Amino acid sequence: MELTEEEIKTAKETSQNILENYTCTDRGKIIPVLQNIQNELGYVPLPAMQTVSDHFELPAVDIYSIVTFYNQFRLIPPGKNQVKVCMGTACHMRGGQIILDSWERRLDIKCGETTEDREFSLERVACVGCCTLAPVVVMNEEIHGKVTPTRVDGLLYSYQLDKEQEEGEEQEQKAGEENE
Amino acid sequence: MSKTVNLTIDDKQVSAQEGEMLLWVALENDIYIPHLCAMKDYTPYAACRLCFVEVEGKKAPVTSCTQPVYENMVVHTRSERVDELVKKGFELIMSNHHLDCKNCPGNKNCELQKIAKARKLPLKPKKLIQQVNEELPIDDSMDKIVYDPRKCVLCGKCITACKENGNGILNFAHRGIDRVITTFGNISLKEAGCLDCGACAEVCPVGARSIKE
Ligand code: SF4
Ligand code: SF4
Ligand code: FES
Ligand code: FES
Repeated sequence: MELTEEEIKTAKETSQNILENYTCTDRGKIIPVLQNIQNELGYVPLPAMQTVSDHFELPAVDIYSIVTFYNQFRLIPPGKNQVKVCMGTACHMRGGQIILDSWERRLDIKCGETTEDREFSLERVACVGCCTLAPVVVMNEEIHGKVTPTRVDGLLYSYQLDKEQEEGEEQEQKAGEENE
Repeated sequence: MSKTVNLTIDDKQVSAQEGEMLLWVALENDIYIPHLCAMKDYTPYAACRLCFVEVEGKKAPVTSCTQPVYENMVVHTRSERVDELVKKGFELIMSNHHLDCKNCPGNKNCELQKIAKARKLPLKPKKLIQQVNEELPIDDSMDKIVYDPRKCVLCGKCITACKENGNGILNFAHRGIDRVITTFGNISLKEAGCLDCGACAEVCPVGARSIKE
């Protein structure tokens, strides 16, 4: 996925700021630095890794190796709406894969990716603790149980509606302000 | 000055410098022990788990690439336990290997073929299903070297070679079944600043990194 100019700039600046608190090049500090970057940005993109590698005087590929090893690091920006499809044992048995496939088709992205407009990101998670509702999808912090492919369409549609409404309200507000 | 020690490997009397790793002592004395990941003069990384031997007095087999030699050490390179470990380890490696010797640049100069022959093991896994990700693309971006990740056994040697002689552009990425050796951001060797020095192909024990014909 291509990052925007803006995202690249923010990534570099944020990493630079975080690295200012680390004067040493002690390798034990690499993971804490990466964690801080992820906390600030929500992900650790390549430009951030490059900045970190310069600071620690290591080849950039060594940082890439660390970031891709740990599941806690994401490499691409999270979407405004985060869709997590449960692939725990129960959900797997109840067709979690079919649900994941539906999301992939509808959003036109692969698991682990973010849509071009940054509206949605899709990932798989292990058991989220409500197996009786399998198959489960967590959207942002909200749990949806007994999900079917039609339900996926429904969920997407309701987000669309919410968004349109929000935009409508914003416009109304703007119009209202202008009238004042 | 380190001192010379005497030891026995498979009933053969040999001498070596104290503290040397057993694997290299054996190999120098024409006693073959399967090995993929060890590099002489570098800290052993002990990942391939093929260089097991029995050392008298030790409860379990040890990896010879991490075992320093000492005075009066008695080593057996084969035992039921060792053979079982090597067989399992080798099968695991081969289950994630794109086996195609006929068309492989490594053919006849391949450590896998050598191990299979020395230990009478099949190259093709018997029990395990092949798990190779056939979609991994071959990197043919350089003039001299070529990289086929489907043949890589993840020994890690090319990483060290590239750091020492090349541009330090290689490392592991991802984990588990997805583990590969790649460049920063998974770009081509050319884009990553490969020098085409061939140091990686030199150390690659299989046909994964090779010099073009
Ligand atoms: S790397 Fe070795 S075992 Fe694998 S295909 Fe090539 S020659 Fe055969
Ligand atoms: S490419 Fe060759 S040297 Fe590098 S890790 Fe794979 S098998 Fe080892
Ligand atoms: S397996 Fe999905 S909630 Fe437990
Ligand atoms: S050579 Fe000893 S573990 Fe690979």
